Amino acid sequence: MTACREPASVLIERLSSGETTSLELTDACLAEIAAHDGSVGAFLHVAGDAARQAAESIDRRRAAGEPLGRLAGLPVAVKDVLVTRDQPTTCGSRMLEGWIPPYDAHTVEKLRDADAVLIGKTNMDEFAMGSTTENSAFGPTRTPWRLDCVAGGSSGGSAAAVSAGFAPLAVGSDTGGSIRQPAAFCGVVGLKPTYGRVSRYGLVAYASSLDQVGPFARDVAGAAMLLEVLAGHDRRDGTSIDQPVPPYHQQLDQPLEGLRIGICSEHFGEGLDQEVREAVERALDVYRGLGAVVVEIELPHARFAVACYYLVAPSEASSNLARYDGIHYGRRADDYDGLVEMYSNSRGSAFGTEVKRRIMLGTYSLSAGYYDAYYLKAQKVRRLIQQDYTQAFLDVDVIASPVTPTPAVRLGQLTDDPLQMYLADTYTISANLAGLPGVSIPAGFSQDGRPIGLQLLADSFAEDRLLRVAAMHERETDWHLATPTLDGDTSS
Amino acid sequence: MTSPTTIIGLEVHVQLQTRTKIFCGCANRFNPDEPNVQTCPVCLGLPGALPVMNRRALELSVRAGLALSGTIAGLTKWDRKQYYYPDLPKAYQISQYDLPFCQGGHLDIDVEQADGEIESRRVRLIRVHLEEDAGKNLHDESGRGGESRVDLNRAGTPLLEIVSEPDIGSAAEARRYLEEIRLLMVYLGVSDCNMQEGSLRCDANVNLEIPTSENESIRTPIVEVKNLNSFRGVEAALVHEIARQQREFEECGGVYADTAKQTRGWDADRGVTFAQRGKEEASDYRYFPDPDLLPVTFSDEWIELQRAELCEPPSERRRRFVSDLGLSDYDAKVLVDQGRETADYFETLAAACGDTKRAANWVTQDVLRELNERGETIGDFPIDAQGLATLLGMIAAGQLTTRSGREVFTALTDGQGGDGAISERIEKIVEDHGLSAIADSGALETVIDAVISRNEKAAEDFRGGKDAAIGKLIGEVMQEAGGADPNAVREALISRLRP
Repeated sequence: MTACREPASVLIERLSSGETTSLELTDACLAEIAAHDGSVGAFLHVAGDAARQAAESIDRRRAAGEPLGRLAGLPVAVKDVLVTRDQPTTCGSRMLEGWIPPYDAHTVEKLRDADAVLIGKTNMDEFAMGSTTENSAFGPTRTPWRLDCVAGGSSGGSAAAVSAGFAPLAVGSDTGGSIRQPAAFCGVVGLKPTYGRVSRYGLVAYASSLDQVGPFARDVAGAAMLLEVLAGHDRRDGTSIDQPVPPYHQQLDQPLEGLRIGICSEHFGEGLDQEVREAVERALDVYRGLGAVVVEIELPHARFAVACYYLVAPSEASSNLARYDGIHYGRRADDYDGLVEMYSNSRGSAFGTEVKRRIMLGTYSLSAGYYDAYYLKAQKVRRLIQQDYTQAFLDVDVIASPVTPTPAVRLGQLTDDPLQMYLADTYTISANLAGLPGVSIPAGFSQDGRPIGLQLLADSFAEDRLLRVAAMHERETDWHLATPTLDGDTSS
Repeated sequence: MTSPTTIIGLEVHVQLQTRTKIFCGCANRFNPDEPNVQTCPVCLGLPGALPVMNRRALELSVRAGLALSGTIAGLTKWDRKQYYYPDLPKAYQISQYDLPFCQGGHLDIDVEQADGEIESRRVRLIRVHLEEDAGKNLHDESGRGGESRVDLNRAGTPLLEIVSEPDIGSAAEARRYLEEIRLLMVYLGVSDCNMQEGSLRCDANVNLEIPTSENESIRTPIVEVKNLNSFRGVEAALVHEIARQQREFEECGGVYADTAKQTRGWDADRGVTFAQRGKEEASDYRYFPDPDLLPVTFSDEWIELQRAELCEPPSERRRRFVSDLGLSDYDAKVLVDQGRETADYFETLAAACGDTKRAANWVTQDVLRELNERGETIGDFPIDAQGLATLLGMIAAGQLTTRSGREVFTALTDGQGGDGAISERIEKIVEDHGLSAIADSGALETVIDAVISRNEKAAEDFRGGKDAAIGKLIGEVMQEAGGADPNAVREALISRLRP
């Protein structure tokens, strides 16, 4: 097994003890990427030289005994939706092909401050719209476990990068499940923090009231370490909340006494794959074995979540993506006659089908005469969904559910059926509508070797408890230790 | 039948004088010479950038709202107004739709009636809201069809929009209203309202109600005249537009093919309004609450803190100058409309010299003329109010004639009289120019004796009832006595020759 398939906490120990260097680790990751990313498609941009230089500089500083950041020397992959100074940021779109941002996202600054080595930008559904990364303008990402199946999305590249051992940690963004769902499809840990926990400054907006940046890792400890770096108040984001960041990583060993887990019958109804159901029930048994109580809870408005999401998110997206007009940056059509045609030809040629579909949906629902019936109504439903959860968390510590109705689907299986694709988000979307933290952890495999995830949701700003509950399961199981064997992989 | 009624409502845009822009730390400064230097990811609308509300912009906005007697909302929010234009980098303007921070309010203006009487008129306001300004498109004006360019230095400048009810009844009133808004905003320190720099801009909605019989009338379609950027422009554009609508009414007999609101521009060079867009489809800005900006709540305490920062508004001050200081309406208006610093100067002067009428005359005539010639503001004026009070005190005491006082005044503005205290400088100038009034009546008597003995003929003529003969005598006495007060000389001569 290559070095970079070890969990982040192990690698950090090896780096600090001198057992390995950041340059060795970075080179090992770059070698894995060179060998296998052609078949996985996790990266849109590999920052080989810059990463090696950063690694060397950190090694030098370590040798000189200088104080180093919390992720010192550790390679981290970043979803291409976070802007990076002097490195391309495309959001998986032709629209931003070749655009080099003049600034770093807040989370990218935090990674640099923590002395992480930014190894590259990962593939994603165009502007984070999609559940399979097939909507990337630059080709799909496949789950390293089954190269005929998708990695999930929209943060498919980040999930696959961690799963394949291209990087021990990766950063993604989650608007309706875009971290948790690919984490499940790729068999890694992925966490969506509470809305406002992590700054959105420099996160290219899809749906501003739902978007949140979060970590991917091989295990819960890695996710906790990365979240500690990413989280915290930022004055440049008006929705960022000023609350101290707990030492998530140090609290993981403490089980939650008297743990109460809520389950909702709606999450186990029609459309749920049998193997996924069994995996979730097995996980619940693990918790019961640890003394937890599993109780039924009511989420009366959960069934409206998908409909609500597909009004709120496209509405905001239609506005957020209006700025890509070919005037100031990004793609401008070659041929046009006059201003209006410059707009329509630039947008018409550079946006993909799904992006156009959501822009049209959102434009429609914000239009005069429809606003009240669609956008405003959806906002009211959203409040009801939030209230359901507030009520539920009076009784339970976490809510457990499947992450997705099925394990990873085959490439092309859903691309012609957008409605089916939207329904695949049914378990993850509510957390975004309610602003709650959620985590996806490895909980098994289908018989044909596709990973299955367990989703845990907690109350706002209860990431500490969420991670502790996740760690309880991880200590009792070894799903997170399994690694995929990539075609032609000679190093394992 | 009565004559048509003019119905005008104004939308006035006021740029706030904050140090930084409304949503980022870029300088808020007029700078057309270096395009796009006052920009950052936020005001450029780059992917990933987010707005953060400028606290100072909120303070100034609420002060303006309070000064306009509006009701400050307990909760206010910002909405995205969506449209495509190259000077709008996000393709939406962050503005306020259904919950502006201020609703209602009014502004009183003094309007001159046909008979010359001044009458106060109240213009009610619909709302005041806070939004961001757009950038500026720069087109090739050579006519050769070169590329257009965009300067985003102005993008993100905090902008107050003050929307009036259609309470304005003439082009002249519209101008007065705009002048009064400008004065109030400058008094409050909310804006510099520099119209050349576009800090104060205005759109006017205008139509006519034309009586057709005893009880019936027809309203002409509302026209919005855009981008009126000077006081003269507002008045001239409205005069033209009112006449145009009247003409159109007469031509069509009140039967309009299209009664939808029309947008027209103002061509100041040709002095005409012109249709900007043909039959415009109703624009749908698809407003929705900006998810990047949280709604803002104002506590009563905070609102009171802002109220405490308000100054006496110009209208109050004019009233007080008339009622308490005994000025004429005209003088009060001239002094107050010059701006807060000039009015302050006058008040300090009036208090120090104790003669408000004299103080008003000197400021409205001598000081303002001098400032005008120098192209300076009162802040740069070389004689401060205390200094001028000293000079006026000497005139009042008869130590200087008014004419000599003017000469000293001019010499002081030229920097004469050395570097000492103002009283020393005045003394020195009086000496240098030989301006001392002969207050010692004995000395004056001596001169008069001498002049009379030299001019027996003229003295005889005057004694004999030829009034005009005194002129020559006064002239000679004045010449000999230096800065003597001509009235005093006249009286002394009369009492000598016609006891």
